Amino acid sequence: MVQFTLPKNSKVAEGKTWPHPAKAKSEREFRIYRWNPDDGRNPRVDTYYVDTGDCGPMVLDALIWIKNNVDTTLTFRRSCREGICGSCSMNIDGTNTLACTKAMSEISGAVRIYPLPHMAVVKDLVPDLTNFYAQHASIQPWLQTVSPTPRKEWRQSHEDRQKLDGLYECILCACCSTSCPSYWWNSERYLGPAALLQALRFIADSRDEATGQRLDNLEDPFRLYRCHTIMNCAKACPKHLNPAKAIAEIKRMLVERRV
Amino acid sequence: MAESGKDGSAAPAIDGRAYPIEDHVYDVVVIGAGGAGLRAVVGCSEAGLRTACITKVFPTRSHTVAAQGGIAAALGNMGEDDWRWHMYDTVKGSDWLGDQDAIEYMCRSAPEAVYELEHWGLPFSRREEDGKIYQRPFGGMTTHYGKGTAQRTCAAADRTGHAMLHTMYGQALRHSTEFFIEYFAIDLIMDDEGRCRGVVALNLDDGTIHRFAAQMTILATGGYGRAYASCTGAHTQTGDGNAMVLRAGLPLQDMEFVQFHPTGIYGAGVLITEGARGEGAYLVNSSGERFMERYAPSAKDLASRDVVSRAMTIEIREGRGVGPKKDHIFLHLDHLDPEILAERLPGITESARIFAGVDLTRDPVPIVPTVHYNMGGIATNYHGEALTKKTGNPDTVIPGLMALGEAACVSVHGANRLGSNSLIDLVVFGRAAAQRCAEILTPSDKQPDLPKDSAERPLSRLDKFRNASGGTPTARLRDKMQHVMQNNCAVFRTGEVLEEGSKLIHQVYDGVADLRVSDRSLIWNSDLVETMEFANLIEQAVVTMDSAVNRTESRGAHAREDFPDRDDQNWMKHTLSWLDHATGRVSIDYRPVHTYTLTNDVSYIEPKKRVY
Repeated sequence: MVQFTLPKNSKVAEGKTWPHPAKAKSEREFRIYRWNPDDGRNPRVDTYYVDTGDCGPMVLDALIWIKNNVDTTLTFRRSCREGICGSCSMNIDGTNTLACTKAMSEISGAVRIYPLPHMAVVKDLVPDLTNFYAQHASIQPWLQTVSPTPRKEWRQSHEDRQKLDGLYECILCACCSTSCPSYWWNSERYLGPAALLQALRFIADSRDEATGQRLDNLEDPFRLYRCHTIMNCAKACPKHLNPAKAIAEIKRMLVERRV
Repeated sequence: MAESGKDGSAAPAIDGRAYPIEDHVYDVVVIGAGGAGLRAVVGCSEAGLRTACITKVFPTRSHTVAAQGGIAAALGNMGEDDWRWHMYDTVKGSDWLGDQDAIEYMCRSAPEAVYELEHWGLPFSRREEDGKIYQRPFGGMTTHYGKGTAQRTCAAADRTGHAMLHTMYGQALRHSTEFFIEYFAIDLIMDDEGRCRGVVALNLDDGTIHRFAAQMTILATGGYGRAYASCTGAHTQTGDGNAMVLRAGLPLQDMEFVQFHPTGIYGAGVLITEGARGEGAYLVNSSGERFMERYAPSAKDLASRDVVSRAMTIEIREGRGVGPKKDHIFLHLDHLDPEILAERLPGITESARIFAGVDLTRDPVPIVPTVHYNMGGIATNYHGEALTKKTGNPDTVIPGLMALGEAACVSVHGANRLGSNSLIDLVVFGRAAAQRCAEILTPSDKQPDLPKDSAERPLSRLDKFRNASGGTPTARLRDKMQHVMQNNCAVFRTGEVLEEGSKLIHQVYDGVADLRVSDRSLIWNSDLVETMEFANLIEQAVVTMDSAVNRTESRGAHAREDFPDRDDQNWMKHTLSWLDHATGRVSIDYRPVHTYTLTNDVSYIEPKKRVY
């Protein structure tokens, strides 16, 4: 059993308990991680009570309700509220997912909300995703061709296009990479499931002609091979994608081209 | 203790020290990293112009990502098609308020723009027969000037916006774009000659102020759906660019035209693409009747969006709505082949499950007309150059300023936008703006010094809101605004209801002075940002309401029950609205609709009765 000792300034303290809503017929308890970069104090967990009769069914609805009605300083990213933009990824009830598509009814007991694991926190539930974005950029996420560009569209068979299903839908929410223990321990050098899934999206695209170079780029004990098939990524993905399978596919291609 | 500078005696400051400002100089600054912004950025980079892209959210979070159905272009992959038919459909869809030179430009340029996206890697769905891009039917899109149904909307399943934005972001990376991510633009810098010189923005990450000087500032800040209580748009859809233009003393155009999309999920407001109807879905009332057959005998469920939304509203009003409150309509997809649904509409299948609890292969989806798009915005010509009316000239270019996408009003969509015409608008005019910049700007050209105290106004604004300590929390006043708009400026409007709305919305506007912000931090202060976004929204809400009161005819999405007919004689003109910020008074003037085309290849399409 691994024992961790956190640095003194990251130990989470018990925070404020905010008042119950007046005249609520039904309420839900929320335990939310808070950290203020201005006050030099340790992170804490605040307790809120949400009037679920006055608010939509999703965890994001509750967060917005708290911000609007109880504590305007509660800080989190959100945009589309329909599960396509990837802004509101956070750790809810122990699992990384999107707050906007996570129904409160799927959680029993107090709803515990933490920022994505093992990421530097900017404030409250807002992580610093700079490294995550840089890793994505490093796999060169654009189509690369050498053949003369046709006047109209590149032809792609229906079958070849299907190879992109399960890859192009990624919304870069970072739930997968930040659920991966290997990524926790080596996020500077291991690309992580999201960037690797996107790498496969281009490798698998029949129009792309940089396959060899892309595979060369990945063939590295850290960039790719820190993946130890832990599979947290596939479990966490809120869009039901399978980064673990994509990574396995890359590994398979690397072996195949040797043989 | 920060000094607020409210009484004018002290400059805005933090703890007694002036806000530190970091200066940047670029040839072009683009505000907004959605489809239009990114296309402009890529184009300007390709032209060798030093370009910065400022965005308040990470680029792929921009609302373009949520677009579903597709992007219109007359490729002719599914059957014969012609850009002239696309142009006709767009002109008719706009209810003749669109400028036909710009519409011609868009429809002619569309195929090339789509092929460009495909060459960039956009994963379009493909035809089985020949591997060409798959195109689906969409509202108002016809062949032979209204005779047949066109399959013109190029699609990537029902995630076209997602596919497009991620592809464009990849291209922006390829061009090593200088992004300023999670920077909130506060105000434009205008000089005494009325030239736009740049913008001042707040870096959310560390609270520093950044001043960008640019030869050209391009606003691609999207629409303002969040002025309403229910909309298909993101929380971030607050029309910041529109408000900055108003504060610069410039007008917005056609603000009364707000599109209600027929199929937003009842309750959540999440969008169900028109592509569903394109693939064969149809609307049904409580009698089980496919009622669109009555309202639009030819196009039926694929009539123009304003026509369908009105039909649905009438059905509900006349007691034929579904559900316990009889206040919505059903969209049936359960008769469609599940394999087709899985291949072409997987995204909305998931949305219906999550937000309506419905398995749409078995049950109908509850839907209701929902605010979706703003045809109005910053007036531009087809180069993307922002326009105003000065000394009688309605096509006066505002030097140094451009606008694109939903923030702009070119106007290609006129009084109503056809589905799938927005995505094509983004890339065609994004490219056009970049081309124009390449034409008129010299890379690294020396720029004159910025006007003295150029950061004064934006900083005062920031400081005022950051220290706002009135009695009304932002959320409460925002809620009020949204309900006034939802109730008084909806699908059907009457003079009485609009006048009441105007009174109420001006009260909300006056309430801005009493706002309270509790978070005093400069780091990722979402309380402050939401407050400034609300302040942007209320300006647009006031202008929208008063422009709606003013237009006494029905055209496109603006339906007046007291003036039910289109009145070309008196009203075939664009509304221009200015906002006096001190009094809240809106002043209105007009710009003529361009009654000419771009080239002689096509003649001006004369106005006629709009029937589907």
